[in-house]
Amino acid sequence: MIRDITIGQYYPADSLLHRLDPRVKLMAAACYIVSLFLFRNAAGLAAVTLGLAGMVWLSKVPFRYMVKGLRAILVILAISALFQLFLTPGETLVAFWKLKISREGLVNAAFMVVRLTYLVLGSSLLTLTTTPNQLTDGLEKALSPLGKIHVPVHEVTMMMSIALRFIPILMEETDKIMKAQLARGADFESGSLVKKAKSMLPLLVPLFVSAFRRANDLAMAMEARCYRGGEGRTKMKPLCYHQRDGLAYLAVAGYFAAVLFLRRDL
Amino acid sequence: MSFIKARSLKFEYIQRDEEGNVDGVLTALDNVDLDIRPGEFVAVLGHNGSGKSTLAKHLNMLLQAEEGTLWVDGKDAMDGANLWDVRKCTGMVFQNPDNQIVASVVEEDVAFGPENLGVPTGEIWKRVHKSLQSVGMEPYRSHSPNKLSGGQKQRVAIAGVMAMEPKCIVLDEPTAMLDPHGRREVLEAMEALNREKKITLILITHYMEEAVHADKAYVMDQGRVVMQGTPREIFSQVDTLQKYRLDVPQMALLAHELRKEGLELPEGILTRQELAEALCRLYGA
Repeated sequence: MIRDITIGQYYPADSLLHRLDPRVKLMAAACYIVSLFLFRNAAGLAAVTLGLAGMVWLSKVPFRYMVKGLRAILVILAISALFQLFLTPGETLVAFWKLKISREGLVNAAFMVVRLTYLVLGSSLLTLTTTPNQLTDGLEKALSPLGKIHVPVHEVTMMMSIALRFIPILMEETDKIMKAQLARGADFESGSLVKKAKSMLPLLVPLFVSAFRRANDLAMAMEARCYRGGEGRTKMKPLCYHQRDGLAYLAVAGYFAAVLFLRRDL
Repeated sequence: MSFIKARSLKFEYIQRDEEGNVDGVLTALDNVDLDIRPGEFVAVLGHNGSGKSTLAKHLNMLLQAEEGTLWVDGKDAMDGANLWDVRKCTGMVFQNPDNQIVASVVEEDVAFGPENLGVPTGEIWKRVHKSLQSVGMEPYRSHSPNKLSGGQKQRVAIAGVMAMEPKCIVLDEPTAMLDPHGRREVLEAMEALNREKKITLILITHYMEEAVHADKAYVMDQGRVVMQGTPREIFSQVDTLQKYRLDVPQMALLAHELRKEGLELPEGILTRQELAEALCRLYGA
C-alpha cells in the first residue's frame, strides 16, 4: 500500500507544466486548493473539473499513474463521506433505526468526496511535474523576503528537498524490515487496531535507527562537497520568468475569477 | 614535491559512559606517515577497524588529528582556516551510494558541489556535462538516482566530485556495497580518471584485487601503517598479509603455495596471465 503513494514523486516528461516556473505552479496550486473549497454548485464543480482535467492533459502524466495515489486516502475519504452523509441536518430522504440521510447530507458527502479527491490529484500534479529541487528552489525564492526577519528559509527548503529525496529510500527500507520481521514470524495483519499498532513498534525502531545513520552519512557527504549553507551558493538552474509564466499567471487568475463568479447565488 | 604529506598523525576516538566520563580510548591513527605524489594511484588496505576510513576522513578535514602534521596540496590541513581550500582540492566518495546523493535528479546532484563553490551558472552546466561524460553517465542525466543500479549511483557520486574539479579523489570503500558487475564499472571509471585526467586517486579498500593496478599501496593495522610499497612487493609477502587478516589475490596465493611446494616460480606474480607465463617458462613449453 505504501508504494502506491504518488505524492512527492516526480514523473519525468516534457510538457508545458514541467517547463513552467515553480513559483507559478506553487501559486496555482494554492489558488486551486482554495477554489476547491469555494465552489458550492454544479456550475462551480464543472469549472473546477475543467480546470483539473486541463492541467492533467497538459501535464502528460498518465492519469492511471495519478489515480494510484488515491488508494492511500480511501479510508479518509470513506470516513469523511459517512460523517457528512449522516450528520448533516435537513430534509430527510431515508431513515432507518436512528440514522437519517438528508438531501443536504447527500450533496455534502458527494462534494466532500470530490473535494478531497481533487485535492490529492491536484497537489500530486504539482510534485509530479516539478522536481523536488525546483520545488524547493521556488519556495526558497518565493519566501526569501522572510529571510530579512531571520527565518532560515534556505535551511528549511534544503531539509524539505532532502526529505523528499529519501521518501522512496525509506519506503523500500520499511518494506525490507517488514519482510525480515515477517520471515521471523512477526504478524502485522491480525488482531485489533491497538494490537496492530503495537506490532508496528519493532518496525519503527530499526527504521529510525537507520534514518539517523543515513542522516549522519549524508551530512558528512554534503560537508565533503563544501556545503556551508545558502550564502555564496550559485544555482545550476536559476529561476527566471519566461513569457509562458506570465501567461500562466493570467490563466490562473482567470480560473480563480471564474470560480468566484460561479459561486454567487443564481 | 608531495601532494599529500603526513607525519606522525595521531587520532583517538574517546568513548564515554552515560555520565560523560572517559570509558575507553580507541587509537584509530597511530603515528601515520604518508607521502603521495601528484597523479599517483594509491591504495590503502586494511581489515575492518584498521583505521583506514579514519585516515580518509583526515585527508578531507572531516576529522582533524590531535597530533602530527598533514599537508594537502601545500596547505596545512591542521589549520581550520584552510578547511574549504582543502575540501575543494580533495573530493571524497563514500561507501553507501544512497546516502551521498543529495538531489532527486542525476544532473542536479552533480551540480550540488559546484553550486556550493559559487561557480557561475554557465560554467556549472559545462562541468556537469564533462564530469558525467567522464564516468559514462551522460545518458542518465535526467534520471532519478533511485532508478539506477548501485554501480551507476556510485559513478554519479564520482561525477559529483569531479564537477568540483579536485586534484585528488579519496574513495572510502566505494565498492563495498556493490555486486561484482557494479564493482568493475566503478573501478574502470576511477582508473580512467587517474589515467586520462591525471587525478590523484586514493582508494581505501579491503578487496586486495582492487589494489593490483595501484602505483603504491599502504597496509594498515590497528591504526598503524604496517607495510608500504608497490602492490607487487606487498602481495609477495603472503605470510605477513595473512597475519594482518587480509586476503591475498588468488593468483599471488597460488604462486606462493606452489613455491612452498618447491616450484621455482619468481616472486611478485599477481595475475592469471603472469602465472601462466611463469609456469610455461618453468616447463619450457
